[in-house]
Amino acid sequence: MDLALIQLLNGVQYGLLIFLAASGLTLVFGIMGVINLSHGSFYMLGAYCALTLTQFTGDIFLSLLLGVPLAFVFGVIIEWLFIRRLYDRDHLQQVLLTFALILIFNEAQKLLWGSHPHSVPVPGYLQGGFKISELLTYPYYRVAVAAFCVALALGMMFVIQKTRIGRVIRAGESNREMVEALGIDSRLLFRFVFAAGVALAATAGIVAAPLESVYPGIGEPILIISFVVVVIGGIGSIKGAFLGAILIGVADALGKVYFPAFSSSVVYALMAAVLIARPGGLFGRAA
Amino acid sequence: MNAPAILAENINTHYGRSHILRGVSFRVAPGETVSLLGRNGMGKTTLLRTLAGLVRPSSGSVRLNGNDVTGERASARSRAGLAIVPEGRGIFPNLTVAENLTFASRANRKGERPWPLDRVYTLFPRLAERRHHWGNELSGGEQQMLSIGRALMTSPSIILLDEATEGLAPKLRDEIWSTVKQITQSGIAAIIVDKNLNDLLALADRNTIMAKGEIVFDGPSAALRADEALIHRHLGV
Ligand SMILES: Nc1ncnc2c1ncn2[C@@H]1O[C@H](COP(=O)(O)OP(=O)(O)OP(=O)(O)O)[C@@H](O)[C@H]1O
Ligand SMILES: [Mg+2]
Repeated sequence: MDLALIQLLNGVQYGLLIFLAASGLTLVFGIMGVINLSHGSFYMLGAYCALTLTQFTGDIFLSLLLGVPLAFVFGVIIEWLFIRRLYDRDHLQQVLLTFALILIFNEAQKLLWGSHPHSVPVPGYLQGGFKISELLTYPYYRVAVAAFCVALALGMMFVIQKTRIGRVIRAGESNREMVEALGIDSRLLFRFVFAAGVALAATAGIVAAPLESVYPGIGEPILIISFVVVVIGGIGSIKGAFLGAILIGVADALGKVYFPAFSSSVVYALMAAVLIARPGGLFGRAA
Repeated sequence: MNAPAILAENINTHYGRSHILRGVSFRVAPGETVSLLGRNGMGKTTLLRTLAGLVRPSSGSVRLNGNDVTGERASARSRAGLAIVPEGRGIFPNLTVAENLTFASRANRKGERPWPLDRVYTLFPRLAERRHHWGNELSGGEQQMLSIGRALMTSPSIILLDEATEGLAPKLRDEIWSTVKQITQSGIAAIIVDKNLNDLLALADRNTIMAKGEIVFDGPSAALRADEALIHRHLGV
């Protein structure tokens, strides 16, 4: 029972991390119409960034403070160099170019950090955990990560619902051409959205680094699971990404407890079930 | 001498390999209302979209109030005073009526806002009633009003209306036309594409007809009304 509780907590916390990665992916797809296979690489770069920055700063949260702006700028550069050439092209070309980016980022990662796994320390003040029973504790750091993700999710929803840039983002989800026709330069909107997506994926990678070891290819499972979340939630929907990510996180964690033999298929079964009931996803436009 | 609100010269537009606009020149004087008529598929929408910068012509030039905007994006043309009310209306379904209206609210180049929110609500009282509704909760007529109101809030000097009354009941159609009349009388130039010849003849200072990507008629309403053969050839059913 305690184990199941811990798995449930882990599932929610994993889901919240996935949300950060998936929210960027869903915006880039929903607003810019770009399938970005390299999205997981930004999670990976976030994790390695956490590794290097923490060696200097000594604290993962200081690394976060430095790493997120760096990731945003990196996103602007990648958009300017590569992604903006994809807007008028078909999905096959988008997949090819962003797949090439994965290969490039993976090579760069090997050159810079090598192929051994590394670990990133949990800050001293978050060592230890809440006692759940005689034998089990739940780490403070995981709780802190979950709280941080929730705060970020609420912040994003506020920005999207209440601010001018949020209004433009929502409008862009439904009709990019009209956004442009009403005087908003969609090149700037796209650059901002892409860079924000990169920053969000990197944020997830940074705060996740102390939870598991940092290793080559760490972003790839995140990419796949993020796509599942985008499909479940409905393309372009932040609310959908949030709900989808929590669902996936919990299903994945409970699957490991109750159906260990099929644990890796549980999330896909969930995706299939959602798509049968709602082909456009939970918050998708009517499909 | 005032520069034309819009002056397009020798426009050629292609979709892939099909040559749609064939050397179209088009001029609208400041404050003038011009109708653009023609059968289905003759290139009316393509011309409006080319003027608005939503489609790139392969050759030709476009000037807005004397400024060359040929190389400019749609967003720059919008900020320079051109507004389009597109076929299909282009409402943002996931924004409220009020959010749709204020989405691109801005002053014109002289710093004036001739159509602030309350004036748009006076013009379309139904939008005021429904200001907190989502864009996709509106009827077709209300969406049309919203699209026109949103265009006005960009303080345009010229407005392009593409099939503004399509699918509307006659009573609503008359309502839309009477507001369009108020808009053009306020000094905004207009190009109006529509299928209802008689409505346009009453509204327009000048009429144009497009056939197979070329302008085949350009003249006052009286001249067009008198030329039954022309009407039959290019507009008749
Ligand atoms: N995106 C597109 N790609 C290829 N061809 C197109 C595209 N849009 C329009 N066309 C073609 O261009 C021609 C002109 O179309 P356009 O929409 O400008 O006509 P229209 O006069 O507005 O017609 P309608 O009265 O039906 O609205 C048509 O033959 C149409 O099939
Ligand atoms: Mg048309």
